[in-house]
Amino acid sequence: MSKSLYERIGGEAAVNAAVDIFYRKVLADDRINRFFETVDMEKQAAKQKGFLTFAFGGPHHYTGKDMRQGHAHLVKQGLNDSHFDAVMENLGATLKELNVPAELIAEAAAIAESTRNDVLGR
Amino acid sequence: MPQIRFENRTYALNGDESVLDGLTRQGVSIPSSCRSGICQTCLMRAVQGRPPADAQKGIKETLRERNFFLACACVPMEDMELSLPSDDDLPHIKARVVSKERLNHDIMRFRLRPAAEFNYRAGQFINLHHDDWVRSYSLASVPRGEDFLELQVQRLPGGRASGWLHDECKAGDELNLQGPLGDCYYTQSDVEQSLLLIGTGSGLAPLWGIARDALAQGHRGAIHLFHGSRTAAGLYLSDELRALTQAHANFHYTPCVSGPDAPDKIIQGRANAVALAQFPQLKNWQVFLCGNAAMVKSTKTKAFLAGAALKDIHADPFEFGVTPPREESAQAQG
Repeated sequence: MSKSLYERIGGEAAVNAAVDIFYRKVLADDRINRFFETVDMEKQAAKQKGFLTFAFGGPHHYTGKDMRQGHAHLVKQGLNDSHFDAVMENLGATLKELNVPAELIAEAAAIAESTRNDVLGR
Repeated sequence: MPQIRFENRTYALNGDESVLDGLTRQGVSIPSSCRSGICQTCLMRAVQGRPPADAQKGIKETLRERNFFLACACVPMEDMELSLPSDDDLPHIKARVVSKERLNHDIMRFRLRPAAEFNYRAGQFINLHHDDWVRSYSLASVPRGEDFLELQVQRLPGGRASGWLHDECKAGDELNLQGPLGDCYYTQSDVEQSLLLIGTGSGLAPLWGIARDALAQGHRGAIHLFHGSRTAAGLYLSDELRALTQAHANFHYTPCVSGPDAPDKIIQGRANAVALAQFPQLKNWQVFLCGNAAMVKSTKTKAFLAGAALKDIHADPFEFGVTPPREESAQAQG
């Protein structure tokens, strides 16, 4: 049996290594940081961790409905494809920085990409 | 099978069942979201019994030490008694005022003797209950070597609590405290790590405790404390802090005055801006931010972007119940 993406990418340790790097990139990105402004950075980081675990093919219980509900208030504030693209770009750059092989980055990107319509409420 | 106690009832768990699954199955609703040990929505605290290591993965060291854990990832090895995170389960304790001393024109130092043993970490805070009000005040004392609890209370314009403390409360009075609360305190993970402490106004109170606590625990890395005030008259404990720099070569103190009246040898500027200009790279630093809530919030983001890990940034924003009329009055606790 072949190993899952989550195992090949390095599991929870990989998520832990990625989360601060990814969150920092997002907060420094003027195209999207207004969507991530919050008083509670720990909660926001935990959400990023959930997203990365999902993209890495790890254990999760999120459904398309959760994705829609969780982002509906952001769609009202104008969240669109260009912002989703920016997040994808930051995800790719994070994994590259961690020297994750290109084929695994592509697999993670494809999983993240699969949420686009739910996140954007379409 | 281990049993768990929660809100005065006992629940039995099945084989590999998590606390969250077991409680949910028996009709108890616990806030939760990812159910995968990641989002930390289902944070609970073990009052009795130890949570297994797996249930504490990824949560802050300061919470781990106090037996917080994630209900979805907790398959108990032994009987446990649990509570949800809340202030209400904290014990009340009486404490007598032993001294009251003015530190500057609007900050008063109170030293209190608790009626019973009171375990806390330097930098935590207490809730003070009096009449019909409750206010949070940081502890400025250190548990090792000081047998009193110290509060440094800043008078707020029209503030009922700070007004009562400044004008009426006197030595010999008995106060009703609850606590300790908060997770802004020093934990020793690396004695060589650099520490950055930034406080405005009476935000110096917890930092005065944290710095001395770190030194008492043998911290060897550099400790940089920046204290900010709008006016030179608002600075306090300067002599004590300078004495601390004499006693410890790794301790550094930088008072900052943001208004126009900065005297000679005092840096003119906001404490957070001065600190981040001096230390633009904060990778592997531990950062402590206390005082004005807007300062704490913006500096937290900046420290994170400067490379500090989120788990290494400890913040104690002083919230004021209503929108403060002016920036310098934005502190409700001292």
